[in-house]
Amino acid sequence: MQNTKTQDTLVGLFVACSIAALFFMAMQISNLSAFSNDKTYTIIARFENSGGLKVKSPVSVAGVRIGRVSNISIDQTRYESVVEMQIHTQYNLPDDTSASIYTAGLLGEQYISLEPGGSEDFIKPDGALDITQSAIVLEEVIGQFLFDKAAAD
Amino acid sequence: MTHFFERLGNKTLSSFAKLGRGSFFLIQILTASIAVIPRPRLLINQLFSVGVLSFMIITISGLFVGMVLGLQGFYILSDFGAEETLGVMVAASLVRELGPVVSALLFAGRAGSALTAEIGLMKATEQLSGMEMMAIDPIKRIIAPRFLAGFISMPLLAALFSSIGVLGGHIVGVGMLGVDDGSYWSQMQASLDFQDDIINGIIKSIVFGFAVSWIALFEGYDAIPTSEGVSRATTRTVVNSAFTILGLDFILTALMFGDI
Repeated sequence: MQNTKTQDTLVGLFVACSIAALFFMAMQISNLSAFSNDKTYTIIARFENSGGLKVKSPVSVAGVRIGRVSNISIDQTRYESVVEMQIHTQYNLPDDTSASIYTAGLLGEQYISLEPGGSEDFIKPDGALDITQSAIVLEEVIGQFLFDKAAAD
Repeated sequence: MTHFFERLGNKTLSSFAKLGRGSFFLIQILTASIAVIPRPRLLINQLFSVGVLSFMIITISGLFVGMVLGLQGFYILSDFGAEETLGVMVAASLVRELGPVVSALLFAGRAGSALTAEIGLMKATEQLSGMEMMAIDPIKRIIAPRFLAGFISMPLLAALFSSIGVLGGHIVGVGMLGVDDGSYWSQMQASLDFQDDIINGIIKSIVFGFAVSWIALFEGYDAIPTSEGVSRATTRTVVNSAFTILGLDFILTALMFGDI
């Protein structure tokens, strides 16, 4: 009888430890804690070139993450990249907000930085951002630099 | 020449026959598993011998695998000045690959071989036949609880392995090599996705647990009832489980992480 009891306790401990490990993985290792089931609304922005932007890339204002990219597609008539973003509902943005694609660090991932303008009206769900700045493609910048240098000489 | 073809044909037919027996056996186990529910005592006993007794080997291996990953990752990443991403490297490789795969290999060696030897010996000493004589279905009484215990334990052990491994990487990376504590965790959390990484890792370990338990029990049940037969069956369990785990891992990885 004593033996069964110890066995039960050990099995219970084992299961408890494992569930703690699963919880640890969900909360500490992955980003589950950062993404609670907040309600979001969609806005879109058109870029000439969205560079290395990916679905789930962060969208931030003044360095604070307020949402993420949910879809990237191409506009067949204007050949522009159409980026859909999910913004958390507690954040309202003026309707003259501008969007730029930046890179975090030299080799880091690309993200969208939003710069709010001075308008009094907020952007509506499914609205579009008109002022955008494309991703900087490193090769283009280097090419431009070399071209300017050669022209100056 | 005919002799060669005869042997080839014989081998092919016998391996198909074995596959068929294995599939029937699996169906029998799955239907018998329902019978375990009203008798949880059987399952708890097996959870003890399959899960609890594998606890030590899994946690210690996990700790050392994590520490080695931390050390090796640090040397490579410091060449690029990217030591801060050590947490990402350790956690991603553990959660996606090493956690499920290495713990399944250890599980096959530790618990799978024991299951095969136990069932094989029961068969060799005619305990299984004896049970049938007493109108007790050995599949329900002996096999099904062991199968369920393996199936339940495997994901739990893999989760333990990954978590302990991440802590081991933290001990080496942050404690000994001086990676920043905050960036170890924050970069990890920013890069790993719950759905894509953690859940897929758990699905892998569930599949491996299913496969290893099935192979181990079937090899034991199908063993030739002699001491040599049991020893061969035990070897086959470990070898076949390793092949199955690594093969399945490739298929699952291609399905989960590839853009197929």
